[in-house]
Amino acid sequence: MKGLTKKTALVQGRTSMVSDGRLKIEFRLWDVYAEQQMVGLAYFTISENWRRVGHIIADSIYKRITGEEGYFDTRIVYVAESGPLNRREKRLAIMDQDGENHRFLTPADGKLVLTPRFSPTMQEITYLYYYGNVPRVYLFNIDNGDFEMLGEFEGMTFAPRFSPDGRKVIMSWAKNGNSEIFTMDLGTRKVKQLTRHSAIDTSPSYSPDGDQITFNSDRGGSQQIYVMNANGGNVRRISHGKGRYATPVWSPRGDLIAFTKMLKGTFYIGVMRIDGSGERLLDKDFLVEGPTWAPNGRVLMYFRQQRSDSSGGGGGANLYSIDLTGHNKRKVITPLDASDPAWSPLIPN
Amino acid sequence: MRLKFLSLIAALALVSACESAPEDGAGSAGGGAAAGSIGQRDLSVEEGTKEDFVVNVGDRVHFELDKFNLNSAAQATLDKQAAWLHKFPTANISIEGHCDERGTREYNLALGERRANSVKDYLVALGISASRITTISYGKERPVALGSNEDAWAQNRRAVTKINAPGG
Repeated sequence: MKGLTKKTALVQGRTSMVSDGRLKIEFRLWDVYAEQQMVGLAYFTISENWRRVGHIIADSIYKRITGEEGYFDTRIVYVAESGPLNRREKRLAIMDQDGENHRFLTPADGKLVLTPRFSPTMQEITYLYYYGNVPRVYLFNIDNGDFEMLGEFEGMTFAPRFSPDGRKVIMSWAKNGNSEIFTMDLGTRKVKQLTRHSAIDTSPSYSPDGDQITFNSDRGGSQQIYVMNANGGNVRRISHGKGRYATPVWSPRGDLIAFTKMLKGTFYIGVMRIDGSGERLLDKDFLVEGPTWAPNGRVLMYFRQQRSDSSGGGGGANLYSIDLTGHNKRKVITPLDASDPAWSPLIPN
Repeated sequence: MRLKFLSLIAALALVSACESAPEDGAGSAGGGAAAGSIGQRDLSVEEGTKEDFVVNVGDRVHFELDKFNLNSAAQATLDKQAAWLHKFPTANISIEGHCDERGTREYNLALGERRANSVKDYLVALGISASRITTISYGKERPVALGSNEDAWAQNRRAVTKINAPGG
């Protein structure tokens, strides 16, 4: 909390077993100078939930001190990687944002899964699945493990994301080789085409109010970041720096767009304002890609892939998180290699 | 679009050339041999098989960085693929589009799809029925050459024609 406030705060906590066998966890946050209690809450839960309650308390403290929502009681869905680099086994996996409570969602069956993203309710994941060697966008139900192909498209569908209200999935559809951006209404299953251009249009991401969409296109001759209205109108390019720009993702606060940038053989993770100004690069490496926002818009997670050698050594991939300030870079520990992280909203209580 | 139009003209010219070509000794070995080179085929491989296609025709073409157009070497290989497919009309094919690791995942999926469709369009222009052809993009997910170096990346920027049902 240092740096966020000049105030000094004190957290006091106590756990005890209550008569029905549940755990009672109390905490109080004190303002030391004012000699006042800022927050005081008690939670009752089965003892297996102790870590989650810890995260809820951490969010409560974060919010009281910074005035913003926290991000501790959240999860990450990502792609777990194993095996040789030319036959990589990829599986969906889910864990708490700190790497705990890890579990695999799909088996190691040789079928590729890529780019999972949470629905706003966190009950579903949309992702790219090579089921039957036919790459299409799918929905995965986290509770029961069911999966379902989204629509019957002639040609690959990919790069899916939910709309902020969870009613639509926006994605690319490669029709006769040309990737355009479409939405599918999950209720009516109606499909709507948003882009009409002979160039590649992909990686769409909604603004949090659902009014605008940022996406990746090479219509100007190289990969750049564009913004359009939610109906596909008023397309404008926002990235103007040197290099290629990709994977734009709108901040949950609405003020920034995170991206991957490629320049002279180096990959960067960065953010820019929604008009393209104020570009700031937070990390760089041989290959860093695919930022995802913590729900409070203050932290990014992404993956880093290392160089490989010609005998197949190296090439490992891992998840990292970094504060929007560029500080506090942290490797997220996973049982296997990891890529394509997606951060959940705060878990509903 | 001009490039696409020109390659279509070239493709049509090659169709007529193929029609008058001798039936036997189809093409030279390997991918992208120069025009006018002496053709040869490996007689230890049975004609019309998947292996025949790989060994005696050449199953893959390569692309420049971030490009999906077909250079002359790629076109020469695809001319031979088309001749083989005309000769074995029951063979269906799947064209796999691939990219190197130096791009982002979703864009590379789109680029791989473009590459696979470049090959498909060229073969269709040479008279191969589109109903015999499926395409699939693997983006950067299935490299053929390992190593983070220019040579491996060049090998991985490819479209591979896979024979599904053996002809003949």
